[in-house]
Amino acid sequence: MGSMIGAAVVRKEDPALLTGRGRFVDDIHLPGTLHMAYARSHLAHARIVSIDTSEAAALTGVLGVWTHEDLPGLPPSRSLPGIERPCLAKGKVHFVGEPIAVVVATDPYLAADAAAAVVVDYEQLPVMASLAAATAEDATPILDGLPSNLVLEQQLSADDAEAELAAAPHRLAIHLRNQRCAAVPMEPTVCIADWQSGSLTLYATTQTPHHQRNELAQMLGLAQQEVRVIAPDVGGGFGAKASFYPEYLLTAELSRRLRRPVKYVETRSENMTAMVHGRGQEQDIEVGFDDEGHLLALRVKITQDCGGWPDPGGVGLPTLTAFMSGGCYKIPKIAPSFRSIATNTTPVAAYRGAGRPEASFLIERVIDHVAAELGIDPLEVRRRNFIQPGEMPYPTQFEGIVYDEANFPGALESLLRHVDVDGLRKDQADRRRDPSAPLLGIGFSTFVEMGGFGPTPLFEQFGYVGGWESANVRLNVDGSAVVKVGTSPHGQGHQTTFAQIVADQLQIPFEHITLLHGDTATVQEGIGTMGSRGAPVGGSAVLKAAAKVRAKALRIAAHMLEADENDLELVDGRFGVKGAPDQGVTMGEVALRAFKPHLLPEGFDLGLDETAFHEPSNLSYPSGAHCCVVEIDRDTGRVDVLRYVAVDDCGVVLNPLLAKGQIHGGVAQGIAQALYEEVTFGEDGQPGSGSLVDYTIPAAADLPHYETDHQVTPTSFNPLGAKGLGESGATAAPQAVVNAVVDALAHLGVRDVEMPCTPQKVWRILQAATQNGS
Amino acid sequence: MSDHKVQITVNGVPGTDEIEARLLLVHYLRGVRGLTGTHVGCDTSNCGACTVMVDGLTVKSCSVLAVAVDGSEVLTVEGLATEGELSPVQEGFRQCHGLQCGYCTPGMVIAATGLLLDEPSPDDATIREGIEGNLCRCTGYDMIVDSVRWAAEHGGAGAAAERHAHGGSVPVADTGPAPHGSPPQPAVTP
Repeated sequence: MGSMIGAAVVRKEDPALLTGRGRFVDDIHLPGTLHMAYARSHLAHARIVSIDTSEAAALTGVLGVWTHEDLPGLPPSRSLPGIERPCLAKGKVHFVGEPIAVVVATDPYLAADAAAAVVVDYEQLPVMASLAAATAEDATPILDGLPSNLVLEQQLSADDAEAELAAAPHRLAIHLRNQRCAAVPMEPTVCIADWQSGSLTLYATTQTPHHQRNELAQMLGLAQQEVRVIAPDVGGGFGAKASFYPEYLLTAELSRRLRRPVKYVETRSENMTAMVHGRGQEQDIEVGFDDEGHLLALRVKITQDCGGWPDPGGVGLPTLTAFMSGGCYKIPKIAPSFRSIATNTTPVAAYRGAGRPEASFLIERVIDHVAAELGIDPLEVRRRNFIQPGEMPYPTQFEGIVYDEANFPGALESLLRHVDVDGLRKDQADRRRDPSAPLLGIGFSTFVEMGGFGPTPLFEQFGYVGGWESANVRLNVDGSAVVKVGTSPHGQGHQTTFAQIVADQLQIPFEHITLLHGDTATVQEGIGTMGSRGAPVGGSAVLKAAAKVRAKALRIAAHMLEADENDLELVDGRFGVKGAPDQGVTMGEVALRAFKPHLLPEGFDLGLDETAFHEPSNLSYPSGAHCCVVEIDRDTGRVDVLRYVAVDDCGVVLNPLLAKGQIHGGVAQGIAQALYEEVTFGEDGQPGSGSLVDYTIPAAADLPHYETDHQVTPTSFNPLGAKGLGESGATAAPQAVVNAVVDALAHLGVRDVEMPCTPQKVWRILQAATQNGS
Repeated sequence: MSDHKVQITVNGVPGTDEIEARLLLVHYLRGVRGLTGTHVGCDTSNCGACTVMVDGLTVKSCSVLAVAVDGSEVLTVEGLATEGELSPVQEGFRQCHGLQCGYCTPGMVIAATGLLLDEPSPDDATIREGIEGNLCRCTGYDMIVDSVRWAAEHGGAGAAAERHAHGGSVPVADTGPAPHGSPPQPAVTP
């Protein structure tokens, strides 16, 4: 048996999902299930004068209607002290879509009818639906516990780098906007709470079942063993399903009160305002540089939109942006600071990349601005500033942020082997001369981001118990294996990749390995799947647990063969005596022996069942180089991606097929942010993108074919050598696309186009630039 | 709300049910017939997660009232595999990693099957247009395009879909295609 690490095996997950036999939360129907629906706020900022639930309560099939007042003692969900979010609006609403009341009925249609019959009287308050409005002199504080809308402010450097900026030969101020996006996992939030005999089972569409168990136990005053959270098949998450949602607590409480299972199924339109959004940053940047384009100093002032109820996972996002704002470049002085601001909008938290795409976009746009200012090729500016492979691991100026092994210039050169830049530049020049030809633009992104979240001290800041992950590997009597892991995949394919790790370690057939996850009653402690931690942290825990099983199996084999452990080797599933190929025992025979006390040394622990935790020594830092080639229609402003080429360095690749899928998906979301997606609100806080009619999730014809390649620089920060890659594409792509769009228009004097680069926006810029006679 | 008696054949299995006039086909399939493979991903008919085939045409079952398909034949993702063998489209998705979370997959697979019924040898642009009514948030679509191309090269829409599209409802391979619009076949108990 060859190594399973790096094999492009097809997924164990697929047959069920392809035949309609997957089990998503809404597919679970417990006997006697009741259905919960929300009455939500239609206003963005208002005092609740009265709530009339009488009509709703009188409708057929309705078991009850509850407002915040009707649920005394139900605690708020975690946030910064003093601004915790109540489970239902408490006297005041902070954003459109905030839940005000819940109804429970025997049927989901009746529950929806009843929710619509709840009548709320409001007294309107001034609405601050933008960062500008929320930070204006006369802004009304949204959160009762705070004197203004400033939630958190931090300077992450000793000073603001004014001296270094002033001393630089060139200085440029740049304003960038990383627009608010919606994660839109295809499955919205769904949960079922089943309270029986003092304990709770919650089926939920979550990325973090153990974390939700901990939160619920604390809120409900239960021991953690009395709360079981199950995340079965989960239909995508992209970070947004890592957060706690009030329906987890409300279905639990209502199931307790009604003594029946209570189910909640969010509609997509509800999801567009209720599920946390991502990004939502304004960045004011000043960069100092010399005549050759060497960056000398970078000042970054981030304003983070937190929405109406700051989420614990959202408030800290700009710290990650700050830490990564230098990208893969040697910049002598970086001075980041941020302000997190409450607005009358949907809360903002993690969305694929969570703080790092904002940083990578920032520095990669800065590089192109510097190149344009000096008239130097942007590739050359990158080369002149790269941290070199010999300098790795590279400690940044931020404590604990140490880049692991990487080769930034190597990734770029590898990318350029796939892209004929000279040919493209000639084509671009020809098209510029031909008014009937669409414009061509070439954009680059040489990125580095964070993967493998932990370690614990960092992850504690986001409300988690730890930054480790756990795995248990158990061999059955016949030598087949059951693996239990604390990650909670929702599309990543852990059943497949983690089985590959175990097959590799124990030399047992891939088909004889089953993975269990997403159930706090069967899996030992866990943290969850987010922050590109599946392979680097979860996979490393699996590797360690499997290695422990292997070590114990070796002891048994040595006993069986009456040989010294050092004289044995495990080859093709068989422990053999080195130099004596006829002497050996298979892993199956060893597994059986592990359960035969009379045939083992006295006192030998029975079984082959080992648990291991992996605490990463640090984050890992996936990197790479991407190129985007766009074409712009001069008449409509429409941007088409002609080519997208990605060279990624995620360290060791466990399964190239699944790695490709992760890169594709991330790049697609990055291109979508660059060209199509934006969550908008009117001045009155009314959502302008409250359904999939208004929010542009791209379809197949809107996205290109992706060309992918790998540069493999294993990380020494974990035993697998894998860095993670779930978020790389979403981190790398937006600036590759925007740099290409700006490049296409550069001859017209255009230096910037804000995301999303919609046809309307690009057409207007084209018109203005053309009329200026450029 | 008035109840209506409907006869709807799903994956070759006839059913007679009393349902509310407002019941959506997707909720009929999931709730009344227990076929939870068909998913709901939006409420504006944009995402296509609920795509099924009704009398040979793909429809978004969140936008069709169940009473409107009284007397019709419906094919869902559960009806594509025959004798435990994945249909070419299902197998293509498996071979080419055309799915990740799997939530959009049933609708995507039905849409791709419908495309291959109409156009057995689509080029990549035709595939992308053919599945444009179905959103996937995980894959970025490229490997879905690979999957559909794989299916086109390995048997196309598949036997169950061909039978469904040509009007036969009995899940038996050798009955041959019945003329379109033929009356419902006798009940088959699974």
